[in-house]
Amino acid sequence: MTEPILRLEGVSKTFGGLKALTDVSFALQPGEVVGLIGPNGAGKTTLVNVVTGNLRPSWGRILFEGKDVAAQKPHEAARRGLARTFQIVQPFPQMTVLENVTAGALFGGGAASVADARDMARRSLDFVGLAPLADRPAAQLALAARKRLELAKSLAMNPKVLMLDEVNAGLNSSEIDGALALIRRIAERGVTVLIIEHLMKVVLSLSKRLLVLHHGRMIADGPAREIVADERVIEAYLGQKYAAKLKELHHG
Amino acid sequence: MAIYSQILANGLMLGALYACLAVGFSLVWGVLNVINMLHGSFIILGGYLTYFAWHAFGIHPIVMLPVVGALLFALGFALQKLVINRVVSAPVLTTLTLTFGLDMILYNVMTYWFTATPRRVQLDLGAVSLGPVTLPVDRLFGTALALALTLLLYAVMRGSNIGRAIVAVRMDRSAAELMGIRTERIYAITFGIGALMAGVAGVVFASIFPITTNVTGTYLGKAFVVCVVGGLGSVPGALVGGLVLGLVESLAGHWFGPQQAITAGFVLMLVILLTRPTGLVGVRGYE
Amino acid sequence: MKSGPLAYALLAAGILVLATTPLYADNYVVRTAAIVAMYGALATSWNFIGGFTGYPSFSTAAFFGLGCYVGAICQRAGVPMMLAWLIATLMVGAFAALLGAIILRLRGHYFAIGSIAVVEVCRLVVSSWSSLTGGGDGLNLPLLHWAPEELMRFFLFVMLGILMLSLIATFLVDRARLGFGLRCIHQNEDAAAMVGIDTTRYKVAAYTLSAVFCAAAGAAYASWTGYIDPTESFQILMTVKVPVMAMLGGAGTLAGPFLGAAAFVLLEELFWANFLDWNRAILGVVIVLLVFFLPGGLLSLARKAKSKAGSGGAA
Repeated sequence: MTEPILRLEGVSKTFGGLKALTDVSFALQPGEVVGLIGPNGAGKTTLVNVVTGNLRPSWGRILFEGKDVAAQKPHEAARRGLARTFQIVQPFPQMTVLENVTAGALFGGGAASVADARDMARRSLDFVGLAPLADRPAAQLALAARKRLELAKSLAMNPKVLMLDEVNAGLNSSEIDGALALIRRIAERGVTVLIIEHLMKVVLSLSKRLLVLHHGRMIADGPAREIVADERVIEAYLGQKYAAKLKELHHG
Repeated sequence: MAIYSQILANGLMLGALYACLAVGFSLVWGVLNVINMLHGSFIILGGYLTYFAWHAFGIHPIVMLPVVGALLFALGFALQKLVINRVVSAPVLTTLTLTFGLDMILYNVMTYWFTATPRRVQLDLGAVSLGPVTLPVDRLFGTALALALTLLLYAVMRGSNIGRAIVAVRMDRSAAELMGIRTERIYAITFGIGALMAGVAGVVFASIFPITTNVTGTYLGKAFVVCVVGGLGSVPGALVGGLVLGLVESLAGHWFGPQQAITAGFVLMLVILLTRPTGLVGVRGYE
Repeated sequence: MKSGPLAYALLAAGILVLATTPLYADNYVVRTAAIVAMYGALATSWNFIGGFTGYPSFSTAAFFGLGCYVGAICQRAGVPMMLAWLIATLMVGAFAALLGAIILRLRGHYFAIGSIAVVEVCRLVVSSWSSLTGGGDGLNLPLLHWAPEELMRFFLFVMLGILMLSLIATFLVDRARLGFGLRCIHQNEDAAAMVGIDTTRYKVAAYTLSAVFCAAAGAAYASWTGYIDPTESFQILMTVKVPVMAMLGGAGTLAGPFLGAAAFVLLEELFWANFLDWNRAILGVVIVLLVFFLPGGLLSLARKAKSKAGSGGAA
């Protein structure tokens, strides 16, 4: 097996007395597309925040390309190639779409000059299909377009690992299909993708491997088809009552 | 030891006055998120009204207390309702600039009418001695009054419907609106209360210190320091901030000379800003 | 940010008018022109931290005042005048960088308060450090034995020079990575960090830039007046006036702060001359009206007029 690009070893995060993450370990291989699922409040976003330096883990190691980066700041993570999108999109509202993406290319993507960054940004906008809106202020975009803008911005940063935090939340099903196609094309470029998702359908159509987080613990890690049949996962996801009913149905 | 009891007594008395001076400023900042640059001038205005009532008509300051309170409340309410409410959610720079502009107007009006001559209500109440500590009675009286007024505000904030509505707006403006609270009105009332507290602090100050427009900036500075040291937008915060500042100034004045007392206050504020931005009493709600 | 040809034209015309005053006007006008240039430089400096970065800084008077004192102390120690200005600029720049690394962790109101407190602390320290600064008595500087016209002309060009330097710095920063990053921080600081901007370093750079030209202007001002004291050097009024000037012209633009400073100083002179008792109140009214009716500054008027004309022409 190759060296993992990102590896977490026993990562925990507490807020005061509250344990948001407990002893989380997993590894991502280069080029892999992995889904991270779990019910609301399971700690998925906290996990992303810990990996990108927005939060510092209370314990544990985070290895990116073999180097411990647990103490990094967000801008260092971005420059290393650890990019993310936010559940609640974070554009620079008064800037145009092109300027937003240019910022990603200039500071995270290692562009040599502003002009250079603008070229990279244009390519990135072409890729996500936002080129026609390049000169609009970001604040004017509808939600689906804003999510694409987030993707374009992340792509312009030339990420090695891209973490997508609920990129599909709030989109309708045709918009979701469009986003899925886009994520697939990003993965084809060799970017390692971690998809944090609520919608099972989305995760299953993209990733062969799933991680399941519940109450801040990693309760399952394995091939997608096996994971969805795992009783603990069903219980965590659907609640004990529903899981019991499901069981009854199968047996009865 | 005797000297330190005197310093302690002076510091505590000064601290109570500072708490009363700052509590209205703190309330406005906490609830409206507006730095009210008018606060110092409101205090002086309250002081002038007291002085002229006493000087021209022989009205005792204690009688002027409710009158000044009512007048300043009306002024504050009107200013917020007609002027500041229009930009209340704008960035800091805008609201601060606006209140600074308003302060220039009020300041000019006051210096024009009252001139910059220092004036003071002389009550001549003598002094009392408690062991080694000597306390001027007017000062002692002012301290007690300042404490009483501050605690009264505390009771109003906790016990009345208006107080609870103000707390609700401070905690979560949109939730308060959903519950049917008219935030614009609450803002005006809050600003009115802020001005009222400044005015009554002015009544107290005019009976102890000389009043002049030259010190509006000094008083405003004290309000800043008390707020940041104690914690924003709460009566306990203002009390703690006021007392700590009073003690620090009193001690620094003794050790390094009176000029350094003020410097010590500002240094204390910078240290607190950087190490404990929520202040010594980091209360979230206005209680 | 986006300065149109009109803004550049106004800027060029303004500087030209100031520079040519000695040819046709009396000493009072030349003095006013020098004051306009000085405040133009101060407002253009403030623009780095307040306009580009969106941090409500009220430190201007601290940098100006320290510039006055460092320059004065150097000159009294026998350092040649211009070298004293340079030393003042560098020392205050270094001070701002250190200070910025500390207080730029604060945001919003807290930063505003912290930056005002810096002015007060500087003033108080300078007033009480009598052995070095002369305390409340102030300091006299070596006199320049020149004719009044000559003196006035010299300092007009010095202030214009500092103004030009601050404008050139703005122009360069605006086009560079730094300016882009600062605007990102203005819009959304967290998102700026997420795209890889080292926000702390960028903010410190902006704060330092906002200090150096103020320090240079302060040091030159001290040599000009020949006497400085703490109350004159560290004025709270100046620290609020300068951001107001920048806003009056248009914060975040190249030409705006200078144009705002020019408009403000001229208004102030007008009020001083004609309404001595009420000049402060009138300025207050101007500020209030500005906040309500011209939040984007004078240049936004020009833009509006232009877009109106543009849409009219298209229709």
